Amino acid sequence: MTKRSEKIVLPLISVFLGFFIGSIIIIATGRSPAVMFTAMIRGISGLDIKGELPFNPRYIGEFVVQSMPIILTGLSFAFAARTGLFSIGAEGQLMAGSLAATAVALLVHAPKFIHLPLVLLAGIVAGALWGAIPGLLKAKYNVSEVVVTIMLNYVALHLNNYTILNIFGSVDRVKTAEFSETALLHSPFLESITRNSRLNWGFIPVIIALVIYSLVINKTTFGYSLRAVGFNKEAARYAGMKVNRNTVLSLTIAGAFAGLAGAIITTGTFNFGRAMSAAEGYGFDGIAVALVGGNEAIGILFSGMLFGMLKAAQPLMQSQGIPREITGIIQASIVLFVAMQFGIKMVIDKLKGHKAKPESVGEGAAT
Amino acid sequence: MGFVIEMLGITKDFPGIRANDDVTLQVEERSIHALLGENGAGKSTLMSILFGLYLPDSGSIRIRGKEVHITDPNAATALGIGMVHQHFKLVHNFTVTENIILGQEPAKGPLIDIRKAEMKVENISRLYGLAVDPRAKIEDISVGMQQRVEILKMLYRDAEILIFDEPTAVLTPQEIRELIQIMRRLTAEGKTIILITHKLKEIKEVADVCTVLRRGKCIGTVNVADTSEERMAEMMVGREVNFHVEKGPAKPGEVLLRIENLNVKNQKGVLGVKNFSLEVRAGEVLGLCGIDGNGQTELVHAITGLDRVESGRILLRDRDITNLSIKERSDLGLGHIPEDRHRHGLILDFNLDENLIVHNYYKKPYAHFGFMDKKAIRRNAERLIREFDVRSGEGPATPTRSMSGGNQQKAIVAREVDLSSDVFVIAQPTRGLDVGAIEYIHKRIIAERDKGKAILLVSLELDEIMDVSDRIAVIHGGEIVGIVEAQGADENELGLMMSGSLRKTAKRKETAATGGRQ
Repeated sequence: MTKRSEKIVLPLISVFLGFFIGSIIIIATGRSPAVMFTAMIRGISGLDIKGELPFNPRYIGEFVVQSMPIILTGLSFAFAARTGLFSIGAEGQLMAGSLAATAVALLVHAPKFIHLPLVLLAGIVAGALWGAIPGLLKAKYNVSEVVVTIMLNYVALHLNNYTILNIFGSVDRVKTAEFSETALLHSPFLESITRNSRLNWGFIPVIIALVIYSLVINKTTFGYSLRAVGFNKEAARYAGMKVNRNTVLSLTIAGAFAGLAGAIITTGTFNFGRAMSAAEGYGFDGIAVALVGGNEAIGILFSGMLFGMLKAAQPLMQSQGIPREITGIIQASIVLFVAMQFGIKMVIDKLKGHKAKPESVGEGAAT
Repeated sequence: MGFVIEMLGITKDFPGIRANDDVTLQVEERSIHALLGENGAGKSTLMSILFGLYLPDSGSIRIRGKEVHITDPNAATALGIGMVHQHFKLVHNFTVTENIILGQEPAKGPLIDIRKAEMKVENISRLYGLAVDPRAKIEDISVGMQQRVEILKMLYRDAEILIFDEPTAVLTPQEIRELIQIMRRLTAEGKTIILITHKLKEIKEVADVCTVLRRGKCIGTVNVADTSEERMAEMMVGREVNFHVEKGPAKPGEVLLRIENLNVKNQKGVLGVKNFSLEVRAGEVLGLCGIDGNGQTELVHAITGLDRVESGRILLRDRDITNLSIKERSDLGLGHIPEDRHRHGLILDFNLDENLIVHNYYKKPYAHFGFMDKKAIRRNAERLIREFDVRSGEGPATPTRSMSGGNQQKAIVAREVDLSSDVFVIAQPTRGLDVGAIEYIHKRIIAERDKGKAILLVSLELDEIMDVSDRIAVIHGGEIVGIVEAQGADENELGLMMSGSLRKTAKRKETAATGGRQ
């Protein structure tokens, strides 16, 4: 296999194996995996193969809504990973972004074309700042970004809760007053064509984020130096690149992606700020999305949609008596198999090796 | 005596390159069989096949006349094949014995019977005259000793056939002599040795038979005793090789690089470079020789900005660059071919063309308004590949990791020479390279000198220093022991200076400042 086809085929095999494991478990619990797959098809396409209402676009809307934030947190993790950093902080950055978006949504009064961009920008900036903290600590004092980002997740959660509960005069102790219409991503039009799903304009900033990610990483000099630092810090230093500056910038930008996710959830999916008892897991889903997507924009788009679909299919499956935890198992298995890519590749090579096609033996170093 | 190893008609393809093309290697028992070839000739691939790291596409392997399939290194170990890798695979904070038994720990109940293992290690060590302390920690022993630990590891696992992959690349002349003794001892005790190398001197000294590979093909197998070095070199490279660097007399001009009373701490936090002063003039090559670990790395890192300076000054064209960043130094005209091409020189996961622009990636024509110009980058790579004869399977898009060491180094040389800096700090430019590549790189260094560049050449290879330099400075314990003219320099005298037992009187002034060091 060439390197490029490997990057596509191996994740696909992992996904296939993940579903395979999920199916086995469903069979083991005495149900039919067919139910799960019908639910998933419905989740993506809205088509019900046997129901009385054959097409329900509401499901498509919900599936897209589920995919949006995890694509962004996936971009967040991937951006840091491209610089050789392991950021677990998307969760906290997302909450910082969500809180900032809430604040701007509640405190600022302006027409929509100013207010809404301002709300999103607030989310981006807050996420970026939250990401800059581990970046600065890493660059200045060589503190592990893993530890700092994990800790900051808790700080963000409680800061969010404290602020929502105490400052924004909560209505029933867990949410703020509803935002004014000018701050919302809601779209009556999108809702109407998807039979009142929660689909909103949030997908537009998500697409922009994907494009920006791809451009920055692959096409710009900044992306080049980030990748250089990610692959070989010492060589980057030798070449005169500013390794520390890149570390800070990389985590800051990673934070910006996650912060945008927070703003989109708060003003798209919801229309009020929320206090949460625990993190909602978007950050960790993002890690899975980035891993399966191979840290490439297009891969993250597809793997984000895959995991979004799994999330969206949960209620459908549950209503048919298949426990929702199955999707968690599938998701975890996929990530596991992606982590085992090297092993999968070896198996493929072995299978192919016996057919003795010289150019399929895999890459290697000649002397 | 029959053949203990027979590799018959081995062919192995990699994407874009046939690494081994119908290669046959037959090794007699108890002999030292050299495998000679340039980098990229297919030596390592062939040995990796023997060691079970790759499967051949066609051909067969026989061990003691019996056909075998070596599917992985464990199978090779079971057949009594052991490999001493060029880059040691040792756990640094483990002791010698702990490293040797790793993976095969002798157990006493649930505990490791370290005592028993130590005894066995000691016995083997004594039998072959290795003189290794089984209780020493790896991080505390020299590179030469570490290599012996690797050898012990094989012997501990009852290897009968030992493959040495470029064993002398990391050793001092003294250690090389000792290694040769050890190899003789090993064959005397009944072992068979395959020696991968491209150093003809060593083959002449130690090997019985030599098989030469060139571009994946087997050129021939010769009796070392009846074959001259020149003949073997010719077989390896495919043309006559010039062992001596041809150069005219130097025309030294003004001082471009001046180092004044430099002190640099090493990784252990003590002074690795002490009160070091040196001048390099335009149009000359100043060779700095010394035994590994005597402050060369610290000095190079201090000059190029990779490490901080404790005190002293570094002047480039009379401009103080002591505290400037790496980038600023490079912009002022300081070029650097780094000692460690994998750590500093290249980003192995980048393609070749990306590696050739690491200094200039943000400048025109490679970038416009922050966006990379892929076409310009590829054109640049194509030009340098052509000009510097860099061989790569897929041209500019070759993954750097897949290139041979010699071509990786050529790529670095191409990139650095192309920057056309005034002052060049060149560290170990030919470490691990073959004759052809060495000849080429030496020629390039001289060409740069003749363009009026000031060149500081740091090398552990005394031959290289004597061949290429115009003046030779000797470093010992981080200090200059003496500076001599290359013309008429005496190898023995330099050796004594390198070991610190002789100081050149002409340089008393400098050494007096730190006198009473020993």
